[in-house]
Amino acid sequence: MRTLYYILQKEFTQIFRNKSMLPVIFVMPLVQMLILVFAATNELRQVDLAIVDFDNSASSRKLTSEITGNPFFIVRQNLASTQDAEDLLMRNKIDLALVIPQNFDKDLTLSKKADVQILVDAINGMAAQLSLGYLSNVIGNYSQKILIKTGKPEPGLMKSIGIKSTYWFNPQLNFKYYMAPGILVVLITVIGMLLGGMNLVREKELGTIEQINVTPIQKWQFIAGKLLPFLAIGLFDLAFGLMIARLAFNIPIRGSMPLLFGMASIYLMLVLSLGLFISTISDTVQQATFVTFFMLIVFILMSGLFTPVESMPDWAQKLDYANPLYYFVKIMRSIILKGSNFTDIFNEFAALSVFAVSMFGMAIFRYRKTS
Amino acid sequence: MKTREPVITVKNMVKKFGSFVANDNLSFEVFKGEIFGFLGANGAGKTTAIRILCGLSSPTSGEMKVAGFDVYRQTEKIKQNIGYMSQKFSLYEDLTVFENIRLYGGVYGMKIADRKARTTEMLERLGLTAYENRKIGDLPLGWKQKLAFSIAILHNPKIVFLDEPTGGVDPITRRQFWNLIYEAVEKGITVFVTTHYMDEAEYCDRASIMADGKIVALDTPLKLKEQYNAANMDEVFLKIAR
Repeated sequence: MRTLYYILQKEFTQIFRNKSMLPVIFVMPLVQMLILVFAATNELRQVDLAIVDFDNSASSRKLTSEITGNPFFIVRQNLASTQDAEDLLMRNKIDLALVIPQNFDKDLTLSKKADVQILVDAINGMAAQLSLGYLSNVIGNYSQKILIKTGKPEPGLMKSIGIKSTYWFNPQLNFKYYMAPGILVVLITVIGMLLGGMNLVREKELGTIEQINVTPIQKWQFIAGKLLPFLAIGLFDLAFGLMIARLAFNIPIRGSMPLLFGMASIYLMLVLSLGLFISTISDTVQQATFVTFFMLIVFILMSGLFTPVESMPDWAQKLDYANPLYYFVKIMRSIILKGSNFTDIFNEFAALSVFAVSMFGMAIFRYRKTS
Repeated sequence: MKTREPVITVKNMVKKFGSFVANDNLSFEVFKGEIFGFLGANGAGKTTAIRILCGLSSPTSGEMKVAGFDVYRQTEKIKQNIGYMSQKFSLYEDLTVFENIRLYGGVYGMKIADRKARTTEMLERLGLTAYENRKIGDLPLGWKQKLAFSIAILHNPKIVFLDEPTGGVDPITRRQFWNLIYEAVEKGITVFVTTHYMDEAEYCDRASIMADGKIVALDTPLKLKEQYNAANMDEVFLKIAR
């Protein structure tokens, strides 16, 4: 135990003497929380829309003003032809084009039925559906208004079943509430996987590890010496990040803090061990960085952080059982937003614990004092 | 001659890297309290051999004992009993002199009082007392080498392995370095040193000369000079290398 004390003393001295460490510890959480949480949103704020009005009637102008009045759309009017609209779509100037055909007004008054055409840039399928949905809504509202005004409601329309929905845990559907816990996971994952591993492989590059390997130091002591300081830094950054989330987004923290930090410790032990394991099989910082980044990207994109795990194919969902981020993103969101207790997240806890202990063992096993 | 009690026994040591044979069937003994020189040109296999004896690298075959412990099965016991100074300076440059000493003293399990006493004495001997709180990286190479040696023997090991300890150091510092080695020997530490400076071979009790992974000569410097009819070790070496 005394040996571990001396090793930890050495590691902490080196970490805090390293001038690039303070920015990593303080700036990284700030940047991630304040920029990424805003950037990683599925909400559409503004859609560029063009209207081609061939009818130029009272009704078509009414519909146009209905749309321009909506803050959601930025409208370009007075396009002469469908061709112009297609051009704009092509050049990424607009996301949507609405074409009102000739006789729109006439059809509407005579047959109570008129068609419009909507062209959507569907490169981003999700955004396309969302903006189409918004526009359809506006047009739908407009036709409702006409029906009510003309006093001839179609029987089917008015008698439809009304649905009243309540959104639980995030009633305003605030996307930041959803993203902030996830971004915090990315933050401590990067700290965990990179810092510990880089530190070890750097000792290999400098050759200082030779002098350590020739001492009677035990393998677990050396690995623990690389792990514990960064676990402490990871927990500190989690606290710091949560504080920013609370202050900047007023994110509700409904669950127990000791539970959250307990889970985070297990998770950090896992990702740190993984990073250390990678560095025991790498000879240079470059090699270790490459492997770590590759894994990080796969883990993050498959974690359910940005896209729901449920929409991935079955085989990919199965792969996620080996993805530490998958569990921890779930745990963080559950504890922070739902106030889940230990029983609720027991399965995730169990999986992370098994992984953490075995990965720590692997890192110790793979670290060789004798090459 | 000193007491002929072997502290290192090497029989038929072989180390291969793929098809390359770095150490080809080495056999020798090192006796307690002597300075054993391991000489040879660059690439002769000196470092490979020293790394095996220190437990940093595993041999391909052979029977080796260091400080009475088996090189295959008791590497950790060996490590408690030896000191090692590698060719490449490998103390922590971002830590101060004091912090490096504290770390290695601690890792070898030295008592704090003991470590403090030895540190004071060591720094005084080196004339570095004023530099205790300087980062090692800021010191000149010669001082660093002397510190590395002193830290390698801080825990009073039975044997100290020095891998080209005076590489790149000026003649005066080399002289001082050898004085430190003699002081260590007086305390009963056995010294195993590799070098390619042939004048340093004269300071050894016995010297072995390696070429292409084999030991081609092993004796006292005096006998080697007689045997090869040479005025100094430099000539011996040139005659062997042809």
